[in-house]
Amino acid sequence: MFLAGLESTDVAGRYVMSAALRQSSIALPRADCEDFLYEEAAMLDEWRLDGWIALFAKGAIYEVPAAGAADDVNPASALFYIADDYHRLCQRVERLKKDAAHSEFPRSDGLRLISNVRILGNAKTGTSVGCAFVTYRSKNDVTDIYFGHHRYVLQPSDGAIRIVSKRTLLDMSSLRPQGRVSIIL
Amino acid sequence: MGYETPRSNAGTPWVREDRDNHRFKVARRAFIDKDVLELERRAIFDCCWIYVGHESEIPNANDFLTRSVAGRDIVFNRDRAGNVHAFFNICPHRGATVVRERRGNALGFQCFYHGWAFSNTGTFATRIANGNYPDDFGKDKCTDLTAVPRLENYRGLYFLNLDRDAISLADYLADAKRYIDVVMDQTEASMEIVGGTQEYSIRANWKLLVENSFDGYHAATTHSTYFDYLTSTVGSMTQPFGNGTNQSRAVDLGNGHALVEYPAPWGRPIAQWIPAWGDAVKAELDSKFARLAKLYGEDRAHQIAHLNRNIVIFPNLVINDIMALTVRTFYPDEPGFMTVNAWAMAPKDESADLRKWRLYNFLEFLGPGGFATPDDVEALESCQRSYRNHEQAGWNDISKGMMKAAPATDDEEQMRCFWRGWNRRMSQAVTS
Ligand code: FES
Ligand SMILES: [Fe+2]
Repeated sequence: MFLAGLESTDVAGRYVMSAALRQSSIALPRADCEDFLYEEAAMLDEWRLDGWIALFAKGAIYEVPAAGAADDVNPASALFYIADDYHRLCQRVERLKKDAAHSEFPRSDGLRLISNVRILGNAKTGTSVGCAFVTYRSKNDVTDIYFGHHRYVLQPSDGAIRIVSKRTLLDMSSLRPQGRVSIIL
Repeated sequence: MGYETPRSNAGTPWVREDRDNHRFKVARRAFIDKDVLELERRAIFDCCWIYVGHESEIPNANDFLTRSVAGRDIVFNRDRAGNVHAFFNICPHRGATVVRERRGNALGFQCFYHGWAFSNTGTFATRIANGNYPDDFGKDKCTDLTAVPRLENYRGLYFLNLDRDAISLADYLADAKRYIDVVMDQTEASMEIVGGTQEYSIRANWKLLVENSFDGYHAATTHSTYFDYLTSTVGSMTQPFGNGTNQSRAVDLGNGHALVEYPAPWGRPIAQWIPAWGDAVKAELDSKFARLAKLYGEDRAHQIAHLNRNIVIFPNLVINDIMALTVRTFYPDEPGFMTVNAWAMAPKDESADLRKWRLYNFLEFLGPGGFATPDDVEALESCQRSYRNHEQAGWNDISKGMMKAAPATDDEEQMRCFWRGWNRRMSQAVTS
């Protein structure tokens, strides 16, 4: 179940995009991707987590490498903060919905800003999309700011868009003073 | 046995132990007071052996990395002959930071400010035109990088000591050496730190993380959501925590070091297989266990492969050999703020598949995005905030299991071992 279903990775799990993949013709329009990312951000801001997990295709992955890591870092050989296969991603959502997920109970307040949305290319499994983000998390009178860039593979599916993979790269030198990634970035 | 004997029996005002009545109390003031932190710097961090890094982080000649250790900026490196050094990362000229990269490989270092350069053994290596300095300038080493007073290693774990007169690292580690051996003996090849560091921080006093790092009492309540996840992943909890059996125990390792050791239901990369890992990994783990049994006998093989251990090396090194192997160190920037560095350690000779699952396992529990650590952070920060009520509600209770002859993992004896070590060192400083 590790990295399953991702045809845009090589055997070592690294993201690659061959010329052939780039030329396939299933590109999603940039504006559609942008709308989709705004909607995803709103779902997370509003803690609509069941709606959020439904945005993912079966077998999708969600990853947050250590702050400052290279875009193509591999979770099979380097320590991340989060490297969820689909099973664990679903479990992450289930966990966050519980009162016993203490870090987020009571829930933090948050706001996600998405910008610089770009189509990076076409993968066999979908369209490669990049964007910049700033996420604010506030709890107990302390506000933390996370910033970086997301890398998605998005897939058209029955008139909707599904996430095949989401990788959140923190453009910070360390996770100080934030200390934790207990929300979905 | 290499234990240091107390020079003074006077206690500090911050720890109250009543052995007759089985009460152990710690003042909440000890977590928030700036003067206590100042004393800790002098009495503990400036004279204990403090973890720097593992040999595998600088595997080749001329490798270097920079890191904050005991509140100092340190260059940890190998020279061209492969010898390991640690220098203060400050220029002998007028104090600029000499090495500004996180890591690299270099024969020498050059300060960017006025250009003084140094070999990677720390010696001055710049030709300055005659007539600027006296001929014997630098003969007293005033132009060399300053090495840390002491640097020693045990099984590849390097520690520094800012006190030139400290006892040896081996003596200091006392019985902790035996359990470091249990961890390192997982493989006949050497251990390595896996790429990628979790560098984070917690808005809490450093001693709260010491306690939490081997606190078996909090697991069921703080981490109930992790155990829900684990049940969904490994099925029923086939391997309980062994509470009430002699498999679950706390051990005083001397000098403030202590550990807990216990069985647990999660998968262990060495070597407790779970079905999610597949048949190839099962075969690899079976053969690893067979090899351990051949080398060390069934009992020690069982201890190495199937039991878990959370070790605190006084004051601020944690080695947790649990669902993955993590090395973690932390330092108080302020009474209510610590920086944390955490690494994954692994045998060099494991298969790519097993390495992948080890890291997958690590993240299910540990670190800023795990299913457990963020809730620990929440607990620690909540304690720290609440301690502002200390003037009216002044004491933490750490008495659990004091009446037992053999305290278990979910008792608090291991924390008492730490606090006794802390109290002894602090009281020496208070009375001196
Ligand atoms: S401060 Fe380094 S050369 Fe002057
Ligand atoms: Fe915990």
